[in-house]
Amino acid sequence: MSDPSTNDPKIRIRGLTKAFGTKTVLDGIDLDVAAGTSMVVIGGSGSGKSVLLKCILGLIEPDAGSIEIDGRDVLRLPRQEREQVNARIGMLFQAGALFDSLTVWENVAFGLLAQHKAARAEARQRAGAILAQVGLDPSVGDLSPAELSGGMQKRVGLARAIAAQPDILFFDEPTTGLDPIMGAVIDGLIVDCVKRLGSTAIAITHDMASATRIGDRAAMLFRGKLVWQGPAADLLHSGNEMVDQFTHGRRDGPIQMELRR
Amino acid sequence: MIDPLDAVAAVGRGTLGAVRATGAVALFGAAGLSHLLRPPFYGRMFLLALVEFSYFSLPVVALTAVFSGAVIALQSFTGFSRFGAESAIAGIVVLSVVRELGPVLAGLMVAGRVGAAMAAELGTMRVTDQIDALGTLSTNPMKYLVAPRLLAGVIAVPLLVVVADILGVAGGFLVSTAKLGFNPSGYLTSTFNILTTADVVAGLAQAATFGFLIALMGCYHGYNSKGGAQGVGSATTSAVVAASILILAFDYVLTELFFAR
Repeated sequence: MSDPSTNDPKIRIRGLTKAFGTKTVLDGIDLDVAAGTSMVVIGGSGSGKSVLLKCILGLIEPDAGSIEIDGRDVLRLPRQEREQVNARIGMLFQAGALFDSLTVWENVAFGLLAQHKAARAEARQRAGAILAQVGLDPSVGDLSPAELSGGMQKRVGLARAIAAQPDILFFDEPTTGLDPIMGAVIDGLIVDCVKRLGSTAIAITHDMASATRIGDRAAMLFRGKLVWQGPAADLLHSGNEMVDQFTHGRRDGPIQMELRR
Repeated sequence: MIDPLDAVAAVGRGTLGAVRATGAVALFGAAGLSHLLRPPFYGRMFLLALVEFSYFSLPVVALTAVFSGAVIALQSFTGFSRFGAESAIAGIVVLSVVRELGPVLAGLMVAGRVGAAMAAELGTMRVTDQIDALGTLSTNPMKYLVAPRLLAGVIAVPLLVVVADILGVAGGFLVSTAKLGFNPSGYLTSTFNILTTADVVAGLAQAATFGFLIALMGCYHGYNSKGGAQGVGSATTSAVVAASILILAFDYVLTELFFAR
């Protein structure tokens, strides 16, 4: 299933291009993600990873190219159908992006409450069950997000992302800012959730340990272009000079840090 | 080397910027209003905004109104007594409060209190990805955050102005009877003889317009803020300054519309 030449990928991106002013952030990206697999996109800060996710989510409008989900070009869908597609995508934001005016359980049950799909009492119970899935005690539900540690906020963010049982999940640097052990725990939860839901996942990260743990396949983004794609297990011995320099964190190599733009 | 055309270019840039901003605000406001007509509706968000707008602004608006009514009575007495026109004071107080000072002062106070808070809240939600997160939870942020606040502004500020009108007249009444030696029943009789329904309605229509402008400026600047803490700070400043200027400008336009013959 993880062969990119599979006929019907869940997500098919072709020629995706986006520039902010004179700076080209994405430069003709072609990427396929097969259904039920996890793709990890690695790359340095400012290489366009977040912009790629935001383009797929429709938060940023690309300048050119196409993004197909289940064979339908979402960039050209009418707004209402586009919202239906988005409703099947869950996302874990880098800093959690939890709603600080709501309690933890209201965050987790937000999608249910906002669409009036469940009464508050029922939504609360379901939030408790979802919190348990990410290893949190349901009593955490009554706290406000600001009272939680970073690792717990990530768990709540994950709970909120999976609450609607989406068939596509996005993870924006899921382990950034966590200690290595908590990072491994979160990675484990991510793998569990993706497996249980049977979701297709895209994670962006620059944490190599995390990339090999959660990814089936991996791709490297550099200056807006995909410079390498392959199995995530090959990341540390890919034979590609850029990937090698990045994964081993070497100062010297084909990638030179830009100090000005 | 200074190019004399730089000055011309600056005027052009400024004009283009102003036109662009006006268009953006108008589109933003129209989008916000259009969401009031299409379900789902977020009644809870509307009620929260309404309470924040009206109930928590009561003390500030009440104090402002009492003191301004009192000051008008005092000032017009010192002026009018020279011409023996003291009997006009009750009318001066009630007309200036109901037509002008009630709506304008309440508007300015609410702009400082609620407009600023709105811009800061939405701005923080923007820079911490919470607004993007709404989009991934099948919730349109314009519908969830902006539309309820616009409606709350239109409804809350007229309610506040009713209170401000009554307390402003009461302030004038207190000073006139307790300090300036007016006959209480005579003062009240001339107050009600002079006041017409049209005055009250015009004042409330102004108030509704100001409420809309305050909410629009708070939401627009907060929603579009960028660049972290500093961006939120400048969004808050812009929201209050823009709302205050617009209140005074629209005050003139509406006065021309309602009262100029």
